[in-house]
Amino acid sequence: MAELKEVMITTDDIKTDEYLVNMGPQHPSTHGVLRLLVQLEGEIVHNVQPHIGYIHSGIEKMTESLSYPQIGHLTDRMDYLSAHMNNEAVALCVENALQIEVPDRVKYIRTIMAELSRLASHQLWWCVMGMDMGALTTFFYGLRDREEILDIFEETCGARLTVNYSIPGGLMFDIHPNFQRDVKAFIKKFRTKLPEYDRLLSGNVIFTERTKGVGFLSREDAIAYGVTGPTARASGFACDLRKHQPYSAYSKVNFNEVLSDVGDTYARYQVRIQEMWESMNIIEQLIDNIPEGDYAMKMKGVIKLPEGEFYQRVESARGEFGVFIVSDGKKNPYRVKFRSPGFSNLFAINHIAKGWKIADLVAIMSTFDLVIPDIDR
Amino acid sequence: MTNEELITAIGKVEAEAETRQGAQYVETTVPAARMYDFMNQLKQDKTLAFDYLFCLTGMDQADHMQVVYHLESVLHKHVLVVRVKTADRENPVLDSVSDIWPTAEFHENEVYDLLGIRFNNHPDLRRLFLDENWGFPLRKDFKDDIHIVSR
Repeated sequence: MAELKEVMITTDDIKTDEYLVNMGPQHPSTHGVLRLLVQLEGEIVHNVQPHIGYIHSGIEKMTESLSYPQIGHLTDRMDYLSAHMNNEAVALCVENALQIEVPDRVKYIRTIMAELSRLASHQLWWCVMGMDMGALTTFFYGLRDREEILDIFEETCGARLTVNYSIPGGLMFDIHPNFQRDVKAFIKKFRTKLPEYDRLLSGNVIFTERTKGVGFLSREDAIAYGVTGPTARASGFACDLRKHQPYSAYSKVNFNEVLSDVGDTYARYQVRIQEMWESMNIIEQLIDNIPEGDYAMKMKGVIKLPEGEFYQRVESARGEFGVFIVSDGKKNPYRVKFRSPGFSNLFAINHIAKGWKIADLVAIMSTFDLVIPDIDR
Repeated sequence: MTNEELITAIGKVEAEAETRQGAQYVETTVPAARMYDFMNQLKQDKTLAFDYLFCLTGMDQADHMQVVYHLESVLHKHVLVVRVKTADRENPVLDSVSDIWPTAEFHENEVYDLLGIRFNNHPDLRRLFLDENWGFPLRKDFKDDIHIVSR
């Protein structure tokens, strides 16, 4: 009988090759059809190359054959979680170009709706953030509260997601008689529910182990890569346009710009949680003071902008959203460019994820809060 | 820095730049040959310090192509719009600014994809949304009989 020999394996015999892995386009943590070409050595990420275009819809080309009120309908479909802010940006840009000022009532309602959108967006982000980290419960908690905001949206303008409520010159409809009562009831309730989010996830050991000290982004890099929104504010880049270039009714309210100088995944998480508190503060200051007046101005049937270039920046739930309209005096724009926050944010991922493990890449991705139609537009 | 001071400061950086106060921001136009040095100065100059490129747009202007850069200084809070025209419409080429502002790399990819403007010294110039068989859809003479219905 042959004698069995023990095979000796030393670590010198094991070699790891660098290899490429496609993460996506159908991957639960890319939150849509995004493909990341990840260059790995073992578990260590060496390079991440995002590939987009799976749902490119050619919105910028489409706008060239549409009138200005029609363009608003397309912006809903870009970043559908901050649909109201996108509408507002187009409406403000057209109003600035025509040099008209909307009534105070419109400004107040727009601001309240924008903050409700931000709350709903951050709630959904919190849901999927937990899911990405393997905590399914967060999904039910978040959606439970988000449902109430969507009900308010539905009551106000008939749509739950693609609201299309802000139009050039004002609002599509006046608010529902129950609007103030419902919003106040929601805020009162959500103030007791938000601490639950902290109890469920923020202090969870598994969650903090995977997020604290992971995926640093410095302030200088955030600026250089054009990262905006809560993602950049977690790195100390004070970029909140509501504070620095107030539009609508933001100059009439007191709120804090949430900043952190840590810049890791957990800081980005905390900034969004704190922003929910600030959003509630803003709504509470406005909801009882909505002035009487018209909800829309009388606009011409066909809106023609004067010749020139017009730029409007607003703070959407993901960061700075910009609308750049080039007009040649006709009823259709000559060229429209949408500066979407997700586009710039996405391409900073390579810089951040280098050297971290593949599981950390998932955590970093979820704190970037990507919405793919916003990037692919 | 006020807008008037900004206009004078830009005149000192680049004599060939045509600067004026636009409806919203200070706007300047620079020749394509001088643009890279000019942009580098905008970033490096301590009093200008344009460190945040927040929008990069490509445009088809019938007889030439144009790229518009929206720049902001985070420190000084001033905004500048830089306009660069290409000499050739069919094969437009400009210098890349991706080593000055890393975010430009992907915005330039987008401009190349949709308008066909090529960028010199770009680290990875590739089509971002569409595949190689497409033309350049944001050009005004782009024809697509299947997907675009013209009235």
